[in-house]
Amino acid sequence: MLAAITNATPVFDWHALAPEIVLVATIAVVLIADLLFPDRDAWQSSRIASIGVLAALIPIATLAASGHDRSMFGGAYVVDHYAIALQGFFLAATYVTILLSADYISEGDYYKSEFYVLLLTSAFGMVVMASARDLITLFVALETISIPTFILAAFRKHDRVSNEAGVKYYLIGVLSSALMLYGMSLIFGVTGSTKLVEIGSYVGTHGTTSLLTVAVFLSLIGFAFKISAVPFHFWAPDTYEGAPTPVTAFLSVASKAGGFVALINIVYFGFYGSNGRGAHAWWGAVWVLAALSMTFGNLGALRQTNIVRMLAYSSIAQGGFMLVPFVAAGIAGAEGKIGVAAESMSAVVIYLLIYGAMNLGAFAVVIAVARRTKSAEISSYSGLFATSPVLAVTMTLFMASLAGIPPLAGWFAKFVMFRSIIDAGTGWGIALAIIAAVNSVVAFFYYFAVVRRMWFAEPAEGDRTAIRVPPALAGAIAMMGVVVVVIGIYPQLFARIGERAF
Amino acid sequence: MNWFDSWALTLTVLIPAVGAVVLMLIPRAEEALIKWVALIATLATFATTIGIASRFKFSKGTLLQFDVNKHWIDVINSHYHVGIDGISLPMLVLSGFITFLCVIYSWNHFPEPHNPKAFLALILILEIGMNGTFIAQDLILFFVFFEIVLLPMFFMIGVWGGPNREYASIKFFLFTLFGSALMLLSFLALYFKVDVSPHVPGIQHSFDMVALSRVHGAGLVRSTQNLIFAGMFLGFAIKVPMFPFHTWLPDAHTEAPTVGSVLLAAILLKLGAYGFIRIALPMLPEAAHTWAPWIGGLAVIGIIYGALGCLAQTDMKRLIAFSSVAHMGFVMLAISTLTSFGINAAIFGMVAHGLITGMLFFIAGSMQHNYGTRQMSRLGGLLTSAPKMGWILGFCVMASLGLPGLAGFWGEFPAILSSFSPAAGLSIPLFRFYMVVAAVGTVFAAGYLLWMLQKVAFGVPKPEFADAHIHDVSSFEWATWIPILLLIVALGVFPNIVFHVTDRAVTHMTNAIASAIS
Repeated sequence: MLAAITNATPVFDWHALAPEIVLVATIAVVLIADLLFPDRDAWQSSRIASIGVLAALIPIATLAASGHDRSMFGGAYVVDHYAIALQGFFLAATYVTILLSADYISEGDYYKSEFYVLLLTSAFGMVVMASARDLITLFVALETISIPTFILAAFRKHDRVSNEAGVKYYLIGVLSSALMLYGMSLIFGVTGSTKLVEIGSYVGTHGTTSLLTVAVFLSLIGFAFKISAVPFHFWAPDTYEGAPTPVTAFLSVASKAGGFVALINIVYFGFYGSNGRGAHAWWGAVWVLAALSMTFGNLGALRQTNIVRMLAYSSIAQGGFMLVPFVAAGIAGAEGKIGVAAESMSAVVIYLLIYGAMNLGAFAVVIAVARRTKSAEISSYSGLFATSPVLAVTMTLFMASLAGIPPLAGWFAKFVMFRSIIDAGTGWGIALAIIAAVNSVVAFFYYFAVVRRMWFAEPAEGDRTAIRVPPALAGAIAMMGVVVVVIGIYPQLFARIGERAF
Repeated sequence: MNWFDSWALTLTVLIPAVGAVVLMLIPRAEEALIKWVALIATLATFATTIGIASRFKFSKGTLLQFDVNKHWIDVINSHYHVGIDGISLPMLVLSGFITFLCVIYSWNHFPEPHNPKAFLALILILEIGMNGTFIAQDLILFFVFFEIVLLPMFFMIGVWGGPNREYASIKFFLFTLFGSALMLLSFLALYFKVDVSPHVPGIQHSFDMVALSRVHGAGLVRSTQNLIFAGMFLGFAIKVPMFPFHTWLPDAHTEAPTVGSVLLAAILLKLGAYGFIRIALPMLPEAAHTWAPWIGGLAVIGIIYGALGCLAQTDMKRLIAFSSVAHMGFVMLAISTLTSFGINAAIFGMVAHGLITGMLFFIAGSMQHNYGTRQMSRLGGLLTSAPKMGWILGFCVMASLGLPGLAGFWGEFPAILSSFSPAAGLSIPLFRFYMVVAAVGTVFAAGYLLWMLQKVAFGVPKPEFADAHIHDVSSFEWATWIPILLLIVALGVFPNIVFHVTDRAVTHMTNAIASAIS
């Protein structure tokens, strides 16, 4: 217990902290610029925010090039390949979200600079999360991610649905944080440390006790809320539908990824135990979460007529797929096959990277189409191929990629997921693999419901000219489209990032 | 190795890919340019396959030729490994040939809603997948190419298809996707469970098809082999399609535009049977041996069921679709004997079926174009209103029912004959029973095909078309059909054109299977 107290004078590695510092500076600049510039120049804040995010990517690149792991604050804050990869991902996702928001926010009746401040603060939390190797740092990072998003979800302040979205999200967020915190306090009580490495070695030598199992379960439930795993998912569709669409994109990609990164940190560095002995305690629970999320996420998505709600349920199902490698690591760890864990975690990272690209791309098209139709109903996509073929083709790419059809990036995400669980073997593993396989076929139905509308249906009466897409949005769609195609054909680029992370 | 040898196979997928990208960049209004680009791309691809065939060393048919092995996804140990042997060469040439002809046929025949740009781009993307599947020598590469064909065919049916096109396209997609999901799990299980170190020193796990084919599932217990085989079986059998997984096929064929039906019948169905020959049998010979009686049984059920299905049809195209089920039944029966005789016959059967049924779909499409219907009760007297087309139809019907001297005979007859003496260890009475059933199936085949010919071509035109001016074969149709018709005759007279290519590779493979079992 003394370990937590006897921290010597902290050593700051300024290079390692540079991305965080740049982000904080950007937040300050956006705030100050809002005070100095008149309101009609508020669009500048999106420009400042995007430049700040890109600037934060520069130290990420130099850190990646320097190539050695940096550890600070007695191992509570680590900048290694894994952290760098995810920080880069979070910043890129934030940048794309800013591109999606630029026209949406400036054309609507919103607080403008405040939007970017909240967005960047949440992104800051994610960047910290990737490096957090300590329960307290991890918790603070998670709250830094969540609290700004509560406000962002309710950002359409004159809209009751949006207010409901925010309040629902807030209440669930607080509840899950409370559960998690209680679980963490029990873990500290049992293991005597908040550092994940020390928790891991405690579990490795002592195995799991019943109290520790309870603690692990409580924190798992907390995380299950954050990543909207079934049966803790019910807030997600309402929140996603009510929030402004760029915020929904951010929630479903970056914020969800934040939850998964927290889960990787706590499960892989902590509960797994240094030798896999801890896996007995939790793999069964994660198995159930994964199977339920895939199945009920899909079943929910099948019934939707609103594309944002459909994408909400689809992200629940995709979350279920992302939980599968955790099960693989757990099963293998319980069997004493240690090697599978690292491979499984890199599968999660690869899945997150690819999922981020395809989901952001899909939301970008949703925002572009809604500019014309003012609707998120799937029926409003009728005949899009006839009116705006480029948008229709890119949306088809994103939907097919989400469905996991080669040669689009999504297939590789699914592939590494299957690979980890088959490698783990055992009857339970194979059973989950088959559930995942059946679900990936079911998912085809709702993704292709959109594709069918776009290609097979006649366009509605009225304006039949191509939808005009503003440059920022077009840039986002183009970038994500290129990623989805290039990674689909040459997955090695992302696979290498995932492999080096562990 | 000179430049051509190391690039030829890659070109067969690269040229269509480049062609598709170029097409997408051309504005939609430039229709002539679009057609020429597509034609040149498919012609260049076809020329490449001919070049490959001409430089193929037949005396070394057992070895992979034009072999290229490059890094692709190192992290999962998967390589860009392409190569061909005597088994894949005929399929690759057939694919290049039929795709090229399909572009010619489409020239003035674009179905509604027209849009040649999208239609031709889809054909080119389809060709990437088809050619790629035949050249891939890495399981993951194979899987990716195998799946690439899904999207273009889905859109081809769904956008350019008949009245019930949405249902048909989704059914097609869903069946295939389900099969390939399980197939992928089987591939992964092969990767992790099979030990390839006896043949590739220093490496234990591999996706390399050559390595996996050489070790014959070493290190796998029989029950695991059987399970893995079951997963692959589902993937391939749905694609073939075998009874009882065939139900997507009649719908897809009936609704697809003419060119879509032709490509579906001529090439896509072959991907499944090719998968059996290339992957399932050599990699898991013991499981193949266990499963062979079941495969043979489903195959003969397919033969009879397809034939009976034909007799119940009123739509000409649907009838041809059911006849495909029956014909692929012969192919699968031949494969299930696990003999070199049978597998040679299967490959020949695939080529012959591709040409003949492709031709029948072309004619059905042209008749639909002329008459505006495919209902056989309304058609009749084709021989009087459009005699040339009528004679071509008659010729193709004869070829399809297996008349000696035409290509169909060499697919069907040896297939039946091969089940007289299946591979050692398989039940001889059972396979002889299959042989009798299959032979009865040929009688049925003659029945339904002649019945269709009689309904459509003989007699006098029905009153509603009595005064209609029916176009006989147009110049574009001649350009498309003559090469196919000539080839049907040529293969019928000189079947060795194909057998000569396939025999060594097939014998080599079946010997290896036989030794692995015993």
